[in-house]
Amino acid sequence: MKFPTFKKGVHPKDYKEFTNTKQIEFMPLPDEVFIPLQQHIGAPCEPVVDRRDEVKTGQIIATSDKFVSSPIHSSITGKVKAIGTFRHPMGSKVPMIHIKRTGDEDEWETMEPITDWQAASVEELRQRIHDAGIVGLGGAAFPTHVKLSPPDEKPIDSFILNGCECEPYLTADHRAMVERTETILTGMSIIMKVLGVKNGYVGIEDNKPDAIEQMQKQTSELNLDFDVLALETKYPQGAEKMLIDSVLSRKVPTGGLPMDVGVVVHNVGTAMAVAEAILEGKPLVQRIVTVTGEGISEPKNVVARIGSTFRNILDYCGGLNEKATQVFMGGPMMGIAQSDLEVPVIKATSGIICETSKRVMQFDSTPCIRCGACIDACPMNLLPTRLARLSEMKKIDEAADLGIQNCIECGSCAFACPSHIPLVQWIRVGKFRLSEQRSKQAA
Amino acid sequence: MAAEKQDRKKNKAKSAEKKGDRSKLIEVEQPLILSSSPHEYTTDSVPRIMWSVVGALMPATIMAVYYFRWAAVAMIIACTAAAVATEAILNRLKGDSLTVKDGSAAITGLLLALTLPPGFSISGGIIGSVFAIALGKQIFGGLGFNIFNPALLGRAFLQASFPVAITTWTNPSTAKFAGIDAVSAATPLGQFKFEHILTNYGDLLTGNIGGSLGETSAIALLIGGLYLLIKKYADWRIPLSFLGSVFIFGGIFWLFAPDKYPDPIFQLLSGGLMLGAFFMATDMVTSPITPKGSWIFGIGCGVILVIIRLFGGLPEGVMYSILLMNAVTPLINRYTRPKFFGEVRA
Repeated sequence: MKFPTFKKGVHPKDYKEFTNTKQIEFMPLPDEVFIPLQQHIGAPCEPVVDRRDEVKTGQIIATSDKFVSSPIHSSITGKVKAIGTFRHPMGSKVPMIHIKRTGDEDEWETMEPITDWQAASVEELRQRIHDAGIVGLGGAAFPTHVKLSPPDEKPIDSFILNGCECEPYLTADHRAMVERTETILTGMSIIMKVLGVKNGYVGIEDNKPDAIEQMQKQTSELNLDFDVLALETKYPQGAEKMLIDSVLSRKVPTGGLPMDVGVVVHNVGTAMAVAEAILEGKPLVQRIVTVTGEGISEPKNVVARIGSTFRNILDYCGGLNEKATQVFMGGPMMGIAQSDLEVPVIKATSGIICETSKRVMQFDSTPCIRCGACIDACPMNLLPTRLARLSEMKKIDEAADLGIQNCIECGSCAFACPSHIPLVQWIRVGKFRLSEQRSKQAA
Repeated sequence: MAAEKQDRKKNKAKSAEKKGDRSKLIEVEQPLILSSSPHEYTTDSVPRIMWSVVGALMPATIMAVYYFRWAAVAMIIACTAAAVATEAILNRLKGDSLTVKDGSAAITGLLLALTLPPGFSISGGIIGSVFAIALGKQIFGGLGFNIFNPALLGRAFLQASFPVAITTWTNPSTAKFAGIDAVSAATPLGQFKFEHILTNYGDLLTGNIGGSLGETSAIALLIGGLYLLIKKYADWRIPLSFLGSVFIFGGIFWLFAPDKYPDPIFQLLSGGLMLGAFFMATDMVTSPITPKGSWIFGIGCGVILVIIRLFGGLPEGVMYSILLMNAVTPLINRYTRPKFFGEVRA
């Protein structure tokens, strides 16, 4: 059977077998957490607590009055030890709130549950999603309430729940769909009520048959009118624009957003967090993290408190073994290599991948033989080899003419290149130079 | 590694400068390697692609040896060895790392040998190989930077230098019994052009005809060519559009004057077309990178080929048709940018 899909893309080996049958485990409470003041795209938050303040789990510790922002909550019960800059998994040092656990208690400060959400107003639900600090948990961390507030001139007719999890290794969404099916579907119903849309789709790659089956079964048991679709296992199936193309055959215009074609997409983790915020009044203080790879002793799917250090989580999974040489946050295609294991889990941490040099190859690149493999891989239909070359030569205007700004940085080009040229890496440099140049021109 | 050292230094400095910084807690038990995503890679590599092309040429090579015996063996070994040696020497002279292991020089030597007539002198083949690698490839900067297919450039050089020898053919069936220099015969294209004799399809398919070493058996070339297409080491659009345009464009002439022009199937099966369409026009380095460009390239090759075959002074035009299209490849690339995902063109 041929499953719906998008054009181009690549087929990396999925390595899901490490954790795709492992039940989600709750981590013991961490002794300390480091919570960044900005874990979302948008305006950073200002701390509303001081050093030595007592905080409860779920208490707001930083917030912002800007619309495109999302409040931050304490993820443990304890005392604020410091507000300062600490190393972030993205590499730089950023402002964070350091909280030390005081006792064994996990005292929650929750919001009033909205049990009858069907009767609640859209504004109330949306406000709650904002107050709970929910952002896109697929990796982009865009504030969810913003995505749920499309302008009037962009009517939305369809909602797609993204259960693709197209990155190799990661199984957090997969396990959630198997174990927390009802919560996810309820979250999806809530989101669709807020958006006022009738057409609901769930897109899942066909390498997760148990998740597809479970979601389809629960959908009919709950009498929901959602279309749960199996999609071809292909990277980057979970990229928003590709997913919309696969499910609805609509192409988001160049430079546009999904709402331009009447669609909103959310990740399954986000839907689950929405359901918990509404039904239980729980803010987003924890998330499912896949800890996997050849370099970790016991690969697991764990629920970790936001702000727990990577070391804390890796220790819970038996620690790195002696073969481990690299640790990434996120999947291997777009994940970020870590130099320091004291960095915290943030809202966008979908996985921690521990790899051995046997798997992670280090290459010298050889000249481009113009084979076109990158062009056959690029889901955005760009010319990666040309863009990378132009970026290297600092011909940024020409790169802009060839659409460098449309690159979604999925890394398919560099994956496919037989000469092992760091294509997406150069394109990222080019995009950075382009935005630098544009902001200079604007100034 | 250097980045890590710097990191650790920075950490030390910071912990000294500020209390409460947890960097002093850091103890690096095993240094972690930093790299920029993606961290997964295809198992394909340039050497694997190149050696696969060599493998795909084996059926044609075996047929050449079957029909022309020692003459074929000697020519193939001499040309391949000369190409590889030239590449190695030039690598050394330029101070580059040795690139002969990537297989591209071997392809050039082998391809050149397969385009030469069976009775051609071995020293001529060696000269052609040296020229192909030195002036067809290394002078541009090596693999990936050459504009023209090196093997074809080598052959063009030989054609200019030894015009008589390179058009002297031996019929395989006579070669087997009487030796390579015994009787000279014409190629099917030559026979048609100058004597108006049409060779039957069976002989064209199996290669029991006069012609260059590797271009005689259409079936052997098709087997290797299909292997490359299945492995995606050759762009299917190029042989399809090349052969298709020869069939259609050649067919139009045949329809109008069937007794003056050869039929399109004869066009497809004769001469160096199969070898050229599957192994030379598809050379990644010298063909367009865009899908639309590949179509234009293949059609261009086909049209030029038919014009040369039907109206030119030479019976065969595969070499010049591909070389001419090689020359315009950068231009084709420039004007055939694919439409961006979601792009609406005015």
